[in-house]
Amino acid sequence: MNGMTIIVKTIASWVKVLIFLFGIYIILFGHLTPGGGFAGGVILASSYILLMLSFGREFVEENLPLPLASKLDCLGAFLFAMIAILGLAFGGIFFVNFLQKYLPGQPLELISAGTIPLSNIAIGLKVGASLFLVILTLSICCKDFKPNTPSDGKE
Amino acid sequence: MAIFYVLLLFMIIAAIIAIETKNLLSSVICIGALGFGISLMFLFLRAPDIAITQIVVEVLGLIILIRATISRDLTFITGDKEFFGTVVSVVIIFVIFLAGVKVFETLPDFGTAIFAETRGAASQTYISEGLAKTGAANIVASVILDFRAYDTLGEATVLFTSIIGATVILRKKAKKLLEEPD
Repeated sequence: MNGMTIIVKTIASWVKVLIFLFGIYIILFGHLTPGGGFAGGVILASSYILLMLSFGREFVEENLPLPLASKLDCLGAFLFAMIAILGLAFGGIFFVNFLQKYLPGQPLELISAGTIPLSNIAIGLKVGASLFLVILTLSICCKDFKPNTPSDGKE
Repeated sequence: MAIFYVLLLFMIIAAIIAIETKNLLSSVICIGALGFGISLMFLFLRAPDIAITQIVVEVLGLIILIRATISRDLTFITGDKEFFGTVVSVVIIFVIFLAGVKVFETLPDFGTAIFAETRGAASQTYISEGLAKTGAANIVASVILDFRAYDTLGEATVLFTSIIGATVILRKKAKKLLEEPD
């Protein structure tokens, strides 16, 4: 699995940065424009999946190993739960928007809406890492099952 | 309130049978009955969306579990189809179709919001006070991450659990263990 032709590799290496930046933008501006953590996380994962399709699985596994992706996934879930528990600690209610009370930002600004951007970042991290993990584990599974099947000599 | 105790008793009995029985298929059916009781409970507690989710997950999970348990000894019906059974199923499908037509006649026209115009509806509150209360310009974000953050936590948990299941089932070590003899 050495990847595709050089045309695809070149284009993918240019486009991956734009896709990644677009995912970060969607996540960070989730409380102002359409989008949010789920959509942005899917876009982040799709940039890595583009790399996986064009350069092969080993290249992506070197950049973002499976244990690291799993840790990122857990970190996203942990951050989201921590935001909820901080609401319980500071605001008195589970999941209350405590930052909005103490630090009211101007509406339609990037830093506003209290904990909503933080939740978006946590969810984006979680969704991106977990979708990447799904594709990676499925591809590992398919790759490893191939030698067991009797081959006809055709590639 | 008596209906709750009846349902609770029914669910407890179903759960005990599901644990204690030796037959896998009857255990699966008892779990299905338990989930059906839970969804009825949600319906009586006026939480229809959770009831719908519960019944969909329960039915899907039930079908998958039954398929997994009895995949070894699937029984196929051999011989001609009975005329009576065909007539009965066609009549039942026709009755359900007529009921569906009656239901669709009561639906509002496409694009009209019925719940948003009701007085005291939750969506009205979201639209009018969403920006002031949460400070988020995107009303969808303010709903899913502030007003309804519990739902988002549940969805994130579902995603997390499913990823754990996928990575555990598809990992390399399990296949090595399978290949090695005991």
